[in-house]
Amino acid sequence: MNIDFSKNHFELFGIAPAYQIDPIRLEQAYRDIQAQVHPDKFAYLSDAERRLSMQWATQANEAYQTLRQPLGRARYLLHLNGVEIHEETNTAMSPAFLMQQMEWREAIGEAKSAKDVPELGHLSGQLRAEMQVQQHKLADFLDRDRDFAKAAEIVRELKFMEKLREEINQALEALEA
Amino acid sequence: MALLQIAEPGMSAAPHQHRLAVGIDLGTTNSLVATVRSGMSVVLHDENGRALLPSVVRYHADGSTDVGYPAQAMQSSDPHNTIVSAKRFMGRGLRDLPDAGSLPYQFADAPGMVQLKTVAGAKSPVEVSAEILKVLRDRAEKSMGGELVGAVITVPAYFDDAQRQATKDAARLAGLNVLRLLNEPTAAAVAYGLDNAAEGVYAVYDLGGGTFDISVLRLSKGVFEVLATNGDSALGGDDFDHRIYCWILEQAKLSGIKPQDARLLLTRAREAKEDLTAHPEVRITAVLSTGEMVDLTLSSEVFTEITRSLVNKTLVPSKKALRDAGLEVEDVKGVVMVGGSTRMSQIQHAVGEFFRQEPLNNLDPDKVVALGAAIQANVLAGNRSDDDWLLLDVIPLSLGIETMGGLVEKIIQRNSTIPVARAQEFTTFKDGQTAMSIHVVQGERELVSDCRSLAKFELRGIPPMVAGGARIRVTFQVDADGLLSVSAREKSSGVEASVVVKPSYGLSDDEITNMLRTSQENAKADMTARALREQQVEAGRLIEAIEAALHENGDHLLSAAERAEIDEGMASLRSALEGRDHLAIKEQTERLNHISETFAARRMDQSVQKALTGHKLEELEI
Ligand SMILES: Nc1ncnc2c1ncn2[C@@H]1O[C@H](COP(=O)(O)OP(=O)(O)OP(=O)(O)O)[C@@H](O)[C@H]1O
Ligand SMILES: [Mg+2]
Repeated sequence: MNIDFSKNHFELFGIAPAYQIDPIRLEQAYRDIQAQVHPDKFAYLSDAERRLSMQWATQANEAYQTLRQPLGRARYLLHLNGVEIHEETNTAMSPAFLMQQMEWREAIGEAKSAKDVPELGHLSGQLRAEMQVQQHKLADFLDRDRDFAKAAEIVRELKFMEKLREEINQALEALEA
Repeated sequence: MALLQIAEPGMSAAPHQHRLAVGIDLGTTNSLVATVRSGMSVVLHDENGRALLPSVVRYHADGSTDVGYPAQAMQSSDPHNTIVSAKRFMGRGLRDLPDAGSLPYQFADAPGMVQLKTVAGAKSPVEVSAEILKVLRDRAEKSMGGELVGAVITVPAYFDDAQRQATKDAARLAGLNVLRLLNEPTAAAVAYGLDNAAEGVYAVYDLGGGTFDISVLRLSKGVFEVLATNGDSALGGDDFDHRIYCWILEQAKLSGIKPQDARLLLTRAREAKEDLTAHPEVRITAVLSTGEMVDLTLSSEVFTEITRSLVNKTLVPSKKALRDAGLEVEDVKGVVMVGGSTRMSQIQHAVGEFFRQEPLNNLDPDKVVALGAAIQANVLAGNRSDDDWLLLDVIPLSLGIETMGGLVEKIIQRNSTIPVARAQEFTTFKDGQTAMSIHVVQGERELVSDCRSLAKFELRGIPPMVAGGARIRVTFQVDADGLLSVSAREKSSGVEASVVVKPSYGLSDDEITNMLRTSQENAKADMTARALREQQVEAGRLIEAIEAALHENGDHLLSAAERAEIDEGMASLRSALEGRDHLAIKEQTERLNHISETFAARRMDQSVQKALTGHKLEELEI
């Protein structure tokens, strides 16, 4: 016996497939579904129901986590439109972006070795702002222009920026420990 | 129940008989049991009116035990056989216990988990914990006048898989049906949140006897959503005692101390620590077995000074939890203080300073976890109250797999909402490789050697192919108890091999059965009686669940033939229940479970649809 997993994540939550979504509606739909399927509602029922409930709740969590993050949502939309990102293998980037990356790396490296916590916090904020700019572009490419090739490029760039942010967080964690 | 319920003719009896369920806080220092009675969560007391059960077990040569206060009274005179703080050893090997040398026990390293040598033989921490749980189970059954259908057992949120599995094993060993393992700070948040109708972001700071947890939750419209959790499963009041103990040794110039004197001084240290919450300084006196005298005065300034690093050790995880939740200190509306150790003034100060607000101390820090667990147990047992709320918890530590060069590939990230499943594909490294070993680890570090090893298993029968040809899909599933199971499958060229592992430290069902069999109070006859009882309960539960489901939407979701099949399955199980053959009952239970699967699936689909109808309508308006 299997759950009907043929529904895509957007359908599961009953929202239109788009990059720009109403986060409150997404959250409410997620909560409404969990309120129905969560294992806590089935702890005293039959094995079959308990197993199903775990599968459903797992699926709802997966779908929610994917859709609530901009990057995950973009990647998923591209996937629905038959465009795979191949982040691991496709690392071709524009020279301008690569230059910028190098500058970021350098700045983070310097702040790290200087154990400069405020500077790391500052860099993190700057990075967040730039990621927001990219996300606006993503919205245009995905929802307005439906230019999936361009969108995929931005997703790859955002992935790089996300790695930078992780690096900053790790450095902060190491300094605070 | 005051009134007898009589069903209307032709209708099945209302399945809303109150089921006895409890919440148990299995603490390092103190354990408690609570239940919901007439809609109120209450802690159950012993015959002397005491709520706390000291988590201390003393073994006698004949295998009998003292648990609680009588055992605690003997810890200095019989230190080897009197086990305190066993929770610190749950799911831990000898090499995981850096301070093992300074503890007054004789450890024996056993595969997976340490054991403690006593006059009654080597005991695992699981067995010690089971003794505590048994006493609490008895207390509950006496006070509630019936057999428990199940219990929610709390664990520190930062417990890893090994520690959780060990806790579940202890409960099973004590004859408890575990409805859920619940994180201690989450239990506290439930008790606090429901009591105060709290809404917004709250932090729960739980410093007990042996563990520290910090959880950040968002409470909103009946949903308790854990955003992040962090902590240290080996940091608690015990460590503050230990600092005072070391200070005493240093001040009194003592060395080469005997186990019973060590225990005595640790007890004095703890008393001094607790007195310091009410007094600016305390006097510590003791006469050792060697005749040496200890007479010292400890001031609260000195105490604060020698424990400063311990206090700081709680702030680092607090910072991490906030960062993982994507929040700043200003976002936190309140900090709920849990655990006896939060009574220390330096903790109150540090927490207030860190979160820039007065911490919330309006709940009894000793009891709030058990009270919350009882509320959850009541819901899980199916004694639904009208207030419908939902708990969304997370896994505290990342889970991954060993890859080339001893590196960890993370498969599930820490703070993922559970239940969660994630799959990853791996491939072969050599031409013609037919087996692959899979090493499952837990932790945040990059190197396998810095993480906790959970299990190793081999996937065999991979068809020989060129290197990189095979496609091995490894799936991690973490259930609502935070427990992991792993399966692997090779799926190229149509060949499939599959294996499901339980982490290696966990006791197998056979081992548990053996332990039950060898323990005195479970003679053979008892075992069979118990198996029968368990099967009867299980079968009764299934019948009740299906009856309720049929009543609700059987006509609507089932064809006449399907309905007849289920009715027949129920009749067969009912007739098996008239006999006393537990195997026959088990067989019919499994059969009915199987028959009702499609019905269960349709019910689930329907409720999901129902959940979304409102949203679908909104969608149309766009
Ligand atoms: N007045 C007090 N001042 C300081 N510490 C106290 C006081 N009262 C209790 N404690 C300490 O609190 C600890 C016990 O707290 P609690 O009962 O919450 O822990 P626990 O639940 O058994 O442990 P854990 O949650 O870590 O498994 C002990 O270390 C005890 O010494
Ligand atoms: Mg506790």
